[in-house]
Amino acid sequence: MNQHSIKKVLLLGSGALKIGEAGEFDYSGSQALKAMKEEGISTVLINPNIATVQTSDGFADKIYFLPVTPYFVEKVIEKERPEGIMLAFGGQTALNCGVALYESGVLEKYGVQVLGTPVRAIMDTEDRELFVKKLDEINVKTIKSEAVSNIPDAIKAASELGYPVIVRAAYALGGLGSGFCDDEQQLVALVEKALAFSPQVLIEKSLKGWKEVEYEVVRDRFDNCITVCNMENFDPLGIHTGESIVVAPSQTLSNEDYHYLRKLAIKIIRHIGIVGECNVQYAFDPASMDYRVIEVNARLSRSSALASKATGYPLAFVAAKLGLGYGLFDLKNSVTKVTSAFFEPALDYIVVKIPRWDLGKFHGVKREIGSSMKSVGEVMSIGRTFEEAIQKGLRMIGQGMHGFVENKELKVPDIDHALADPTDKRIFVISKAMRQGYSVERLHELTKIDRWFLNKLHNIVMTADELETYDSLDKVPVALLRQAKSQGFSDFQIARALLKESLADAETEIIKVREFRKSLGIVPVVKQIDTLGAEYPAMTNYLYLTYNGDTNDVNYLHDHKSIVVLGSGAYRIGSSVEFDWCSVNALMTVKREGWRSVMINYNPETVSTDYDMCDRLYFDELTYERVMDILDLEQPHGVILSVGGQIPNNLATRLDNAKVPILGTSATSIDNAEDRHKFSAMLDEIGVDQPRWRELTSFDDIHKFIDEVGFPVLVRPSYVLSGAAMNVCSNNEELERFLKLAANVSKQHPVVVTEFIQNAKEIEMDAVAQNGEIKVYAISEHIEFAGVHSGDATIQFPPQKLYVETIRRIKKVSQKIAKALNISGPFNIQFLAKNNDIKVIECNLRASRSFPFVSKVLKLNFIDIATRVMLGHDVEKPHKNAFDLDYVGIKASQFSFSRLQGADPVLGVDMASTGEVGCIGADTDEAILKAMLSVGMRVPSKGKGVLLSTGTPKQKADMLDAAHLLHNNGYALYATGGTHQFLTDNGIPAIKVYWPSQPDMQPQALELLHRKDVDLVVNIPKNLSETELTNGYRIRRAAIDLNIPLLTNARLASAFIRAFTTLPVDDIEIRSWDEY
Amino acid sequence: MCETQKAILVLEDGTTFEGKSFGYAASTAGEVVFNTAMTGYPESLTDPSYEGQILVTTYPILGNYGVPPRREKNDVSEYYESEHIHCKAIVAQDYTWEPSHWQSDRSLADWLKEEKIAGIYGIDTRALTKHLREHGSMLGKIIIEGCPDIDFYDPNAENLVAKVSCRSVEEHGEGEKTVVLVDCGVKHNIIRCLTRRGVRVVRVPWDYDFTSIPYDGLFISNGPGNPDLAEKTVENIRKAIEIGKPICGICMGNQLLSKAAGAKTYKLAYGHRSHNQPVRQVGTERCFITSQNHGFAVDSNTLPDDWEPLFINMNDGTNEGIRHKTKPFFSAQFHPEASSGPKDTEFLFDEFINMI
Repeated sequence: MNQHSIKKVLLLGSGALKIGEAGEFDYSGSQALKAMKEEGISTVLINPNIATVQTSDGFADKIYFLPVTPYFVEKVIEKERPEGIMLAFGGQTALNCGVALYESGVLEKYGVQVLGTPVRAIMDTEDRELFVKKLDEINVKTIKSEAVSNIPDAIKAASELGYPVIVRAAYALGGLGSGFCDDEQQLVALVEKALAFSPQVLIEKSLKGWKEVEYEVVRDRFDNCITVCNMENFDPLGIHTGESIVVAPSQTLSNEDYHYLRKLAIKIIRHIGIVGECNVQYAFDPASMDYRVIEVNARLSRSSALASKATGYPLAFVAAKLGLGYGLFDLKNSVTKVTSAFFEPALDYIVVKIPRWDLGKFHGVKREIGSSMKSVGEVMSIGRTFEEAIQKGLRMIGQGMHGFVENKELKVPDIDHALADPTDKRIFVISKAMRQGYSVERLHELTKIDRWFLNKLHNIVMTADELETYDSLDKVPVALLRQAKSQGFSDFQIARALLKESLADAETEIIKVREFRKSLGIVPVVKQIDTLGAEYPAMTNYLYLTYNGDTNDVNYLHDHKSIVVLGSGAYRIGSSVEFDWCSVNALMTVKREGWRSVMINYNPETVSTDYDMCDRLYFDELTYERVMDILDLEQPHGVILSVGGQIPNNLATRLDNAKVPILGTSATSIDNAEDRHKFSAMLDEIGVDQPRWRELTSFDDIHKFIDEVGFPVLVRPSYVLSGAAMNVCSNNEELERFLKLAANVSKQHPVVVTEFIQNAKEIEMDAVAQNGEIKVYAISEHIEFAGVHSGDATIQFPPQKLYVETIRRIKKVSQKIAKALNISGPFNIQFLAKNNDIKVIECNLRASRSFPFVSKVLKLNFIDIATRVMLGHDVEKPHKNAFDLDYVGIKASQFSFSRLQGADPVLGVDMASTGEVGCIGADTDEAILKAMLSVGMRVPSKGKGVLLSTGTPKQKADMLDAAHLLHNNGYALYATGGTHQFLTDNGIPAIKVYWPSQPDMQPQALELLHRKDVDLVVNIPKNLSETELTNGYRIRRAAIDLNIPLLTNARLASAFIRAFTTLPVDDIEIRSWDEY
Repeated sequence: MCETQKAILVLEDGTTFEGKSFGYAASTAGEVVFNTAMTGYPESLTDPSYEGQILVTTYPILGNYGVPPRREKNDVSEYYESEHIHCKAIVAQDYTWEPSHWQSDRSLADWLKEEKIAGIYGIDTRALTKHLREHGSMLGKIIIEGCPDIDFYDPNAENLVAKVSCRSVEEHGEGEKTVVLVDCGVKHNIIRCLTRRGVRVVRVPWDYDFTSIPYDGLFISNGPGNPDLAEKTVENIRKAIEIGKPICGICMGNQLLSKAAGAKTYKLAYGHRSHNQPVRQVGTERCFITSQNHGFAVDSNTLPDDWEPLFINMNDGTNEGIRHKTKPFFSAQFHPEASSGPKDTEFLFDEFINMI
């Protein structure tokens, strides 16, 4: 059936997770690999994202942890000689790379056939002008735009179209560099930025207020077409679909509308010639059947991942098979196993996708949402009413909200403005407005959100109003309680509606509501997602819970053979694909050991929520309430909560109180590690050193403590008004500014102050213990000194520059802690080391972010071992020794500052990266070069300049060798005042440039960047003084906005500069994972 | 929330489901069938093929976009599939009290009340559908709180075609060619699809001897119930087969043409009612997503030698259309006129028109 009798296929991954390109491509790539494996095709995967499931053992035959760039892909093609290549499964990164390889003739040169949609068709969809022309041929309306490549043309085009206009960059992912402009000033600013990323920028008329509707379409080479799913945005046109709340199926389209757009979508993909999957996005007039096609993505996308999860139709898997030459009629529906894959899923539930933003993590970022994507993750909730699904979803995004109502009061200075000019909080502003009496009509005027959605939201508010007329549970009518549950109210929301301000002990009250409703038989039922609206039985267990139903679809045997694994929830800064890898690996071990594997998770971008990864998938909330609902039904042998990051970990104590059998380390131990005071006391007891810290409630006490430990200190307020949650303060001025502007110090809001040890190394211990004895471990060191969040740091494993004595001490202390906490399962300890003194800074009794990295570099699956420990198997210590490795792994972080308008791209104690890569090399230089190139750094072109502002004297000295190397390699060095002086004093020629705060002086650093004379910016913030912040900020931000690589850490900059000046890229070895 | 009366759906096997009324408050009875379409309730409700049936929608939220205005265009209904609602009742999980659509003229509830049709929500329609899937379509009744109980009613015992067919000959459209349309309960979109293609349509009652009038092509419409009860139509079709002019049929039309050819029909366990039925044109790689609504099917094995299956269902292998091996006769079990549902097979009308 494999049309081309192809034996070897190269698949391009999407690299590190970034805003606009996240976990969804791990899912689609994994599916494609599965589809090829089934055909006996040998697969080669290029993806530097080491934390993904697709780069795990058993998915691809050969895995290259290399940048997905034309240069490296060509090298791999040259070596592997695949017959086919798949470009549609690695997002925009893979698609762009594939187009480049096609255009440069590389694919032809090596006889590599593009499987699936032909490159010509891809180009027709990617290039706006070609796209419009193509659709004009079949009289399909597009949003007409003027393609411009300079600012004067942009101004002319915009004045012809009339403001407001939208600016889009061609060939850009997730709407990068796009935005709305109301006037010429905004236009100029945006176009300049967009041109930095793309040679072509499009100006088009804005259709704000139109509906936005998407169709996921599949076509085989026999011209058979289906639309698997359609989706409607809650937020009307103007907000990027990645920033919108989205429902599936569409809710406000009539049959006529639905099939009109469906028919058009099929017409379009036939004309373009897609083979596989694509999505068609429409703008649809809310008052007629007028439409415009916004875009067509000729590849798997975030929407296609969502559509797959929303319907149970495995789009990526099917697309891969179609790429191999199958017809849709050859394939079976993977849920029913008997009916055809040529069909269109019928949903008997509603799905709501809600984006997750982390804008609070960044200084200076604009909170308004618009046509460019800023969200870092998303959730999908399933219900049988919109009210139920949206309330579930608003809890899932995990930003302290309990649903649409009964949340902490939001402070909104100007509600009308907040509604019309939406921020990440828009939905909660709607809630507040409704509570203040705004009518649906008024809200519609301000937001243009369809009245259907607003009316449904209003139903929730009416129920809340009604609940609030009561003050105790037993007085609430049973019918009202049922109605509230069927509208997605949590037990907490009910408790708060009844008790109002007097709700003090939430945990007790939630349990009271739970017991009360259970006594009335008000419990959720479990329903299956079966793709056919119950017309045919499903052979899979893809499940969700709802209060809108009477009977369970699952027949529970209560045989205690289930092991429930709690997943990681929405991707966010700090918790991402690495925990999905951990969850999936735990599930695989559970299954292999003969248990029924059960997953609870709600993130549509993951592999763990693929229904064929486990025996039962509950696509549902990870709240205490919902987990208990599921456990009541499952009655499992045990629950694993140490592989999904902090969300499941936080449930430990409450689940334990409810007598849930937690596998592995006890909840008491988890609490002893999580609770700062208990943990600290324990360390003192077992004689383990830690940085001095204190929890303080007044400025006087803070000063007293600082007198004792000295500056700098790490300050962590418990209540943050704005900006980062913690900060390092080096002097009184900084301390005062941080605490007075950003935080609040009082009895209710204590501040934790910790001594900050400068120039200390940070070391990670990832390990698995059994009954307090360490079985496997991996020690890795940060390239940066302590002070950079471990999630942002560049990590080296095995360590190359640690003293043997330091390592010995770390092992000893880790063993002590493991014993004291009687750890059985995965854990991670972070250490500071200076000379040979080591101090413990943090300990988590769960898998950490670096588990997949160390597992893959070591080729020893820590999660498999940890899971076996938790299942109670005796685990032997492997004979392997970490220090025997004759290669080095580097984990580097991916930042998405370019998407976060205004954010200061500086690293600190709060995490800012959105993803990571892990590369292996023969030595540190090679590994770091691969890793840095994988996260988007470029080796500066010969003859171009490097701009240096290298911070404090100590940092300047640290950078001296690197500056020499740059100079010796022929790079022109530009430096700001102090750095220039320092370089000159040390005999390195440099050109002095001036800060933005010295506008009268020439040359100006900023102009240098705008002229693109500089190919790398090293800007190391010295301190937190105002001028430093503003000057440095403007340079850093300009580098990001102009797409010039930026480094802000002296040690990382040195390491990268050393790597590219000593190792030419040509000398990088092209070795697959198994060749190390 | 609106205060509504309790309503109970009782199936003939004694199973009950409790919900609330949003439509006309009177008890009603019929055959309970489910449809997995996610849109198209105004079209389904007015589709004569649903005559006598209680329609269960598996998509849980009903009434989202209200109901388009009652309007005629070229003497057929502009938005509906017939003059009035044919379903006995409609059943859903959730009901949208405040519809939203620019074409919405009134809410579904208002329309149901106007036409005295029951509507209930709050029913676990997934559980109900699974029950029907496992036990087959069955009779049911809806008892609204405060309204008297009533008996079960079996629509299939009645000649439903006779009940819904037009009473006299009607003409639609203009053109050189004349198509006789046998109205077994025709959906107005079939008429629209034909007249749009420039033919004169002579719509005749189900038992009318159309061989007495001159025509260029014969079209046999969809219709409700058991094809065995439309024997008179089958007799007339046999005469038309002799005449030899092009014949096309849809749904009931497929079953009646098959019977006229000599084949047999049978009742499916729970029928095909959805917008996502996959069919494959026999002997080709051409596949189509189709809209369907039928409880009976043609047994392909009983087709005489000079006939052959034209389409088959890719899910369960049942017959989806037949054609004569040499003569211009063909029919489809699915609905090329869609309304509601996908329009991917509308080209069959062109094929028919090209024959005449």
